[in-house]
Amino acid sequence: MSGESLLLDRRAVVAELLRERGSMLVVSGLGGTSWDVASCGDDAGNFYLWGAMGSAVPLGLGLALAQPERRVLVVTGDGEMLMGVGALATVAAQRPHNLAIAIIDNERYGETGGQLSHTTLGADLAAMARGAGLRRATRLSDLDGVHGWRADAFSALEPAFAVIKVTHGNAAMVLPPRDGVFLQQRFRAAVIGAGRT
Amino acid sequence: MQDHHALDWPAAIHRVFKQQGISQVAYVPDAGHRRLIELCHADPALRTVPLTTEEEGLGLLAGAWLGGARGALLMQSSGVGNCVNALASLTQSCRLPLLMLVTMRGEWGEGNPWQIPMGRAVKPILETLGLHCVSVQRADEVEATVTAMACMSFTAGSATAVLLSQRLVGAKVFQ
Repeated sequence: MSGESLLLDRRAVVAELLRERGSMLVVSGLGGTSWDVASCGDDAGNFYLWGAMGSAVPLGLGLALAQPERRVLVVTGDGEMLMGVGALATVAAQRPHNLAIAIIDNERYGETGGQLSHTTLGADLAAMARGAGLRRATRLSDLDGVHGWRADAFSALEPAFAVIKVTHGNAAMVLPPRDGVFLQQRFRAAVIGAGRT
Repeated sequence: MQDHHALDWPAAIHRVFKQQGISQVAYVPDAGHRRLIELCHADPALRTVPLTTEEEGLGLLAGAWLGGARGALLMQSSGVGNCVNALASLTQSCRLPLLMLVTMRGEWGEGNPWQIPMGRAVKPILETLGLHCVSVQRADEVEATVTAMACMSFTAGSATAVLLSQRLVGAKVFQ
């Protein structure tokens, strides 16, 4: 069986991750994963990064620590994760029980011309996450696996991490709101209430 | 004559953290921040987060603010260089509050020439990025300065940095 036959459609994966999300908060990494999250419908509980490559996981960590009763899902790409990969060790050291990280791994820098990322040049992000101390890090290869992972992601006392291999091509751009001040004020008001400081 | 209370400037910063309702403190270690880091780790009301690189701290504190929490970021001057894109693309693009406390190297009494170029570049870089930047030379000015910058940060929504000078912190001895 070739690895190619296991590649999933990124939009189907992210739709499965966000299905019946309830009050779950979602952070998306710049580029493709922000478009993927937006394609499931805009939500005040989404914080879409449009820049600051490498910041999705640390941002999810700060949010999860600030809101321990809320579930926080980070959805980001392989290139974005690789740029700030030390953050996995920072997450593991803090062990937030309410943080799940899903890597949509197309093995490409999709926004810049489809250049190969290190995940097709030998790097295994699930192994790197385990090496950083995220003991639940896993790799998913079908939609049932994605469904099961989401269902269990917040059931343990430590963070969840999954690498999901998807097809190399880009999906259509579905653009969320792009003003950072608007996004942060809308998100914060949705989480703690308008007018709070 | 200064009293001992005023001269224990790390304890003064810790007091400001408490008064300002800060609950997350992120850091990359520096000898100049050693006592403050110890005070923060010993305080069960603070979530004190060691980082692998200073840039993570900007993401972390952005997430903290989005979740209704206030934070502070501790680093050495060399770490400022690791923060540039996140400061511009995240902190400033989203107009997020920021309280950065930077212990300086590469100035007063520096014995390591490799520290000098970055130390010299810290303030111009931060000001180019639009941060409000204040240097502190004396222990008895630390508490008031950090309080003022915390107020500008969390109340006025500004990105701020307090540069704790090497004259205050003490130069590292190489021998």
